[in-house]
Amino acid sequence: MVTKAKTNPGGWNRIVLLGPQRRKPTLAEAVAEHIGPRGMLAAITAGWEEREDEDQELSDHLGGRVRNLRIHARVEQIFERDPKLFEAMQRRHHRLRYLQDLYRRRLGHMLDSAREFMRLEDPEDEGEKLLLDEQREDAMGAIRRLDEQHLAAIAGVHARFRENHRIPDRKSIVHHKEELRTILGDAAGLCIAGGHVAVLLNRVRLFDLLELWPDRPLFAWSAGAMILADRTVVFHDTPPQGPGNAEVLEVGLGAFHGVIPLPHARKRLKLDDPLRVKLFARRFAPHACIALDDETGVTWNGKRWIGRAGTEILTVDGTLDPARKR
Amino acid sequence: MLAIRRLEKNGPPRPAEIEGFLGAHEFPLIEGRTVTFAFQGEADEVHLRHWIYGLGSTQAFERISGTNLWYLVFEIPEESRVEYKLEVVIGDQHRLIRDPLNPNVARDPYGANSVVHAHGYEVPEWSFEHQDVRRGKLREHVIASDVFGDKRPVSVYLPARFRENRRYPLLVVHDGSDYIRFSRLKDTLDNLIERLEIPAMIVAFIDSPARLQEYAADDRHADFLNKELVPLLEETYPLVAEPSARGLLGASFGAIASLHAAWRNPGFFGRLLLQSGSFAFTDIGDHDRGPLFDPVVEFMNTFREDPGRPSEKLFQSCGTYESMIYYNRSMVPLFQSTGMDVRFVEARDGHNWENWRDRLREGLSWLFPGPLWMVYE
Repeated sequence: MVTKAKTNPGGWNRIVLLGPQRRKPTLAEAVAEHIGPRGMLAAITAGWEEREDEDQELSDHLGGRVRNLRIHARVEQIFERDPKLFEAMQRRHHRLRYLQDLYRRRLGHMLDSAREFMRLEDPEDEGEKLLLDEQREDAMGAIRRLDEQHLAAIAGVHARFRENHRIPDRKSIVHHKEELRTILGDAAGLCIAGGHVAVLLNRVRLFDLLELWPDRPLFAWSAGAMILADRTVVFHDTPPQGPGNAEVLEVGLGAFHGVIPLPHARKRLKLDDPLRVKLFARRFAPHACIALDDETGVTWNGKRWIGRAGTEILTVDGTLDPARKR
Repeated sequence: MLAIRRLEKNGPPRPAEIEGFLGAHEFPLIEGRTVTFAFQGEADEVHLRHWIYGLGSTQAFERISGTNLWYLVFEIPEESRVEYKLEVVIGDQHRLIRDPLNPNVARDPYGANSVVHAHGYEVPEWSFEHQDVRRGKLREHVIASDVFGDKRPVSVYLPARFRENRRYPLLVVHDGSDYIRFSRLKDTLDNLIERLEIPAMIVAFIDSPARLQEYAADDRHADFLNKELVPLLEETYPLVAEPSARGLLGASFGAIASLHAAWRNPGFFGRLLLQSGSFAFTDIGDHDRGPLFDPVVEFMNTFREDPGRPSEKLFQSCGTYESMIYYNRSMVPLFQSTGMDVRFVEARDGHNWENWRDRLREGLSWLFPGPLWMVYE
């Protein structure tokens, strides 16, 4: 078991999070297992942006049963017809970027402090060790509190935006929602591909897509998996510029709680550095940080998460634990 | 004790011991901060010829008496990269050769040099061709130039997955063919774009038939870039026509050409990547760099008096083993005073194409940050 059973607010019985699909696709296998050979599959490839409709490879992989929801193109249409909404979204975008910048400034100092405490050698004296451990835990707690404050601030921006611009029943959006509801009603499963995580999340959220989705299997990989979590965490330990501090970027769609998907973890994270792994896992605990690399994945079966062979989880000890095989 | 000292500590080694010594090590032999060069053969003298500014340009090898083994030991700072040749003297004949014991070679437009990599230096893997990386394509154009009154070839790099319905930043590269051939710029672009460290971008590789004149702060070249090349590219390709998405790259005189073109049309090119710029100037009297530098020095002196704000962001790099390091260091505060966002990077290397290759990732990703944090495919 990858993580303890958590409540699933969507109430779905089947969520399948997969590793990247470009080189070694496993989606068809997962679809066969959870849906079988028949039934239309709705697809979201909005993260591919202007290449959204270049889904032939995906369709071929799934035997031609894909119907692309064209979320990216729909939003482009909405922007054309509803320029006020476009402007409002631009303003929200700038505000969120500003908020992220403010958060980043505080986060860097806090992570430096937490790393410094973690690197300190444990004193021989038990009493001193207790004091150091308290400081370590406090430094970590401060980061967790900052992450939570940041999430709350982001949620506030979104809530005001939804209310001020009457997103749930805005005319330019509503008829798309009805079309999407019809398509999704006929779909046996929904596949959400990766790509640009913020573009994908913002466009999917505009349609409250998960509210339209009946209780059928949901497949997602890379950025697609990231947006379904209750928080979207972006990460890279060795970027060419900057310190490489993982950041809470967004409030996710909340299809599940308790798991933070980390696509391309082997490429993006220094998983052989126990201090970095420990810091990452402790910071986001009790969430389980799951490394989603090629041919890995986890499935929510309505009661608990189950990992594919080879799937690993970052532990608070700084190691990687294999998720249980099925 | 150094390996060479162990070899000679009991007197002249026998031929078999020398063969064993040479066979047991890679040369030049790096031991901590010490490098040992070796040469085996008949000669009257052997010298190391290098281009490290501040160090005598020739260093004499010693011969282990009674043998044909020559060696030279010196300290080399960590992460250094040094190009060199051996000068073998027999009678009045002086032959410059690559080090026969060293397989590492650095090529440039004039041929090739041997190269020694100090402890801590590694050829960046992002400059290699990787099989699983999507590749961009080069599309050849010939541009009729009114400014020059001739036709100019331009190679235009289109990134993998290029789409007409998307807009791209533009980078114009001076000495483009050499950057591709000797600094592996095309492979570097493919890799950095694939890794999302820079955005998918369009890159125009240009060459000059007379670079020492045209790149030496020649108004015609600046006009060619500003009035002919870039407008034509913006008509032909889907480019983001904004300064922040328009950059110039050049090394040595190519850096002068880039700075001069940006200075002539301030704000048009929002990104400059200047490597080992030949920023020679004078405070008093004449310069001593020969007549080719006359227009360069004249421009730099004028620029120092009236720099304006040529660009928004400038990434500047230089090797600490090249004579231009002092000019480059001197220019940093002046560049900063213009209001440009300036980053200056030094490396323990010389005035050569592999130094310029090794700084590309840092420079490009700073000037044109990619969507690394946002895209998870």
